[in-house]
Parts: sequence; structure tokens; C-alpha cells
Amino acid sequence: MKDYFKISTRTIVATGLGAAIFTLLFMYVKIPSPVPETSFQTAYGLSAFFATLFGPIAGGLIAFIGHALSDSIQYGSPWWSWVIASGVASFIFGFAYKRTSVEEGEFNMKSIITFNTIQIIGNVMAWIVVAPVLDIAIYSEPANLVFAQGVIAAVMNSISAGVLGTLLLIAYSATKAKKGSLSKK
Amino acid sequence: MKIKLFSYNFEDTFVHHLSGLTKIICFLFLTFAVMFSYDIRVIISILLFSLVVFRISKIKFKQVKLMVIYVAVFIITNAVISFLFAPEYGVKLYGTRHEIIAITKSISLTYEQLFFQVTKLFKYASVIPFGIIFLLTTNPSELASALSGVGVNYKAAYAVALTLRYFPDIQREYADISQAQQARGLDLSHKAKFKDRFKNALLIMVPLIFSTLSRVELISNAMDLRGFGKGKKRTWYNMKKLSRNDHLALGISALIFIASLGISFFINHSRYYNPFI
Repeated sequence: MKDYFKISTRTIVATGLGAAIFTLLFMYVKIPSPVPETSFQTAYGLSAFFATLFGPIAGGLIAFIGHALSDSIQYGSPWWSWVIASGVASFIFGFAYKRTSVEEGEFNMKSIITFNTIQIIGNVMAWIVVAPVLDIAIYSEPANLVFAQGVIAAVMNSISAGVLGTLLLIAYSATKAKKGSLSKK
Repeated sequence: MKIKLFSYNFEDTFVHHLSGLTKIICFLFLTFAVMFSYDIRVIISILLFSLVVFRISKIKFKQVKLMVIYVAVFIITNAVISFLFAPEYGVKLYGTRHEIIAITKSISLTYEQLFFQVTKLFKYASVIPFGIIFLLTTNPSELASALSGVGVNYKAAYAVALTLRYFPDIQREYADISQAQQARGLDLSHKAKFKDRFKNALLIMVPLIFSTLSRVELISNAMDLRGFGKGKKRTWYNMKKLSRNDHLALGISALIFIASLGISFFINHSRYYNPFI
């Protein structure tokens, strides 16, 4: 458990650069969905990927900083309830850190299931619990509206984190040498 | 694709001369003051105050035109949607019901709902100027020292500094990759098949992320060699000492914050101002 919260220089740098990519993807790279006026945020695929490689602290900070920054650039001020929810979601994604075999050069079926289970739990907690509750507490929005928004966000973000995150992790594990790939003759 | 991150320009104004630490504390005080209160009198006074500060800091409308449009669209959509989802929310909050006009049999517009939504509209609008002033008048390299000044762990503050430092680099790289892929016929818009859109997004994300990962190794090695993170605290090159004006600005913001809380607790006895009883 202690491993999850260890912060090395590498974690800090990965957080900083990850947040910069998150900001960029959050603003520019959205995948239009079949439902009009909605789109999949590719940024959550990225934060799930970084969270799996560098742990919950890096994951949470990447989404928090990235979301706050892109909101500030676009709207002048962050929408705090959703910024915090983004951070919580990616913090939870981080519990896939060291639970998958990504660093061993093989992202197998078992890892894919572990990663996606954690990812869906994170999205559900963040968008159906944290975001609506904060929306009501801070902004006093009507409850049925924020919960409806939350459910849509949870589904959409689970899909983008699931599809893109899984594919990125498979691509990353392919760059790692497989465990026991050398044999003695 | 030409967005300048926080188009910060130095101007010789009262606001620009304040230290980053002062500005971040004032920003927090003032936004919390607005976020907490649902009293339209408080909100409009703070909005007027923010516009005065806007003038003092010599921000031109041209610089923020795009943001204003985005925000206006957001606020209006939010107003329409929240009316459709909960047209009787105002009635529930204020406890009285004065109907203006019946739109359909079950939905009608009431003075309470109108009052609540107008309050909310001003509330959202009044947070924006502070955010814009803060972003446009604070030197990005001072932001990290300011964050660590308000008690954020210096490693997290340093991550923010790294984000701001590398955002333009990553933006440039993204533009290169995206143009190269488009030249090869990549399509991210509605015209591509839905299944292909994810694959196409990956064709941009993979090179961007993998080049960044190797950069992470490079930068973290360089930082480790210079002994980053060995001490419990660190100093900041860009830290400014607080001057008389800083104390003045802090005092004014704290006063506004206390006034907003005071009006809610002692005059309205809740977060809402209720003119209907």
C-alpha cells in the first residue's frame, strides 16, 4: 500500500508533463459520439494510462491540474465540482498501479479486466457521487439535473478511459522486454 | 491552434505589482465569497467591484472576448436546462409561489424561479472576472511559488510549474503530429466511421505520449542530479516580498469575504436572500 503513495522525482515530472498533455487533449482532441452535441474526452484515456504507470497521486494531480488549467484557459475560471471529480476519478484509476502486468511486457486478459474494473469504479464514484454532490453543495444546482448529467458523464468517460486506456497500455507493454524472454543455450 | 497560454503581459498597474501569493489568496477569498452567497445584493456588489479591478488592471476586452463568448453560451445553456429539469426549484427554496405565466399545464414560470435563476446567472458571471484577472496579471513562473506559499506541497507546486513550462512544447508537438497525420488522410470529424474515430485519436495520442514518456526520464534524471526533493522545503527564485499594497489588497478581500459570510449568517440567516416573505 505504501508503494502507491511514494513520490519520486519521476512521479513529479510525469505529473507535470501528463497534466500538460491532459490540458491539450481536453481542449482539442474530442471524439464526436453518435449522440449529437456530446463527445468522448480522450483526456481520460490518457489519465487512466498515466495513473496505471505512475500511481494514484500522479493520476489524481494530472486530471486536477489539467482540468483546472483547461477550464481557466477556456472559461476564465474552473468549474470546481467537476475539476475535483476529475481528480478523484483519476486518483482511483491509480489503484491499477502495480496490479497489472504492464511493466512485464505483457498486458494480458487478466490485466485488462483488472484495469477496466478499477477504471469503471473510479468513473462511477466520481461522476455519480462526487460531482453531483459538490454541484448541489457549491452551486445549488437541481438534483435531478446533476444526477442525469453525472450518469451520462460516467458512461461516456468509462468508454473513453476503457477503450483508449486499454489500447495505450497494450502499446506501452509492447515496448517493454518480456519477462524471461532471454534463454540460456 | 494559436492559443497563447495565459497571455500574460507586464503592465505598470497596481494589480500587476502585487505578489503572486497575494493574488492567489485574494482570488480564493473573493471566489469563496461569491460561491457561498446566494444573496443577489452581495453578488452584484462583488461583480461591480470585480469590474473596477478589471479596469485598474488595464485588461482589454479584446484579450478576453473569446472567453466571454464561451461563458455566455455556458451560462445560458445552464439556465435553460436547469429550468427544464426543475421549474419549481425556486418555489421549494423560497417557500412561496407567485405565478407569472403558465407555459403548459404542468410547467409554469414563477417569480421565485425567475429570481433564483437571475441570482444564479449573476453568481456565475461574477466569478469569471476574478479568474481572468488572476490569470492575465500573474507571471506563470511566479505561480508555483505562490501555490507553495498558500500551503500546497512544494512537489505538487513544482508539478504545476512543469505543466506551464512544457505546455507550449507539447502544443507544438501536437500540431506537428496532427498535421502529419492529416496529410496522410486521418479524419477525426463526424465523417469518419464511429469505430475508426477511436483508432484515429490513438494515432495522434500514441506518438505524443511516447515521446513525452522518454522526455520524463530525461527531465527527472536532470532534476535528480541537481538534488531535487532532498529537502523538506525549498526556496523560489521568483518569490516576491509582500509590500504595503499587498497587505492592503489582502485586507480588502478578507473584508469582502467576511462581509459576505456575515450577511448570510446574521441578516439572511441562510445562504439565500428571501424577498418573498
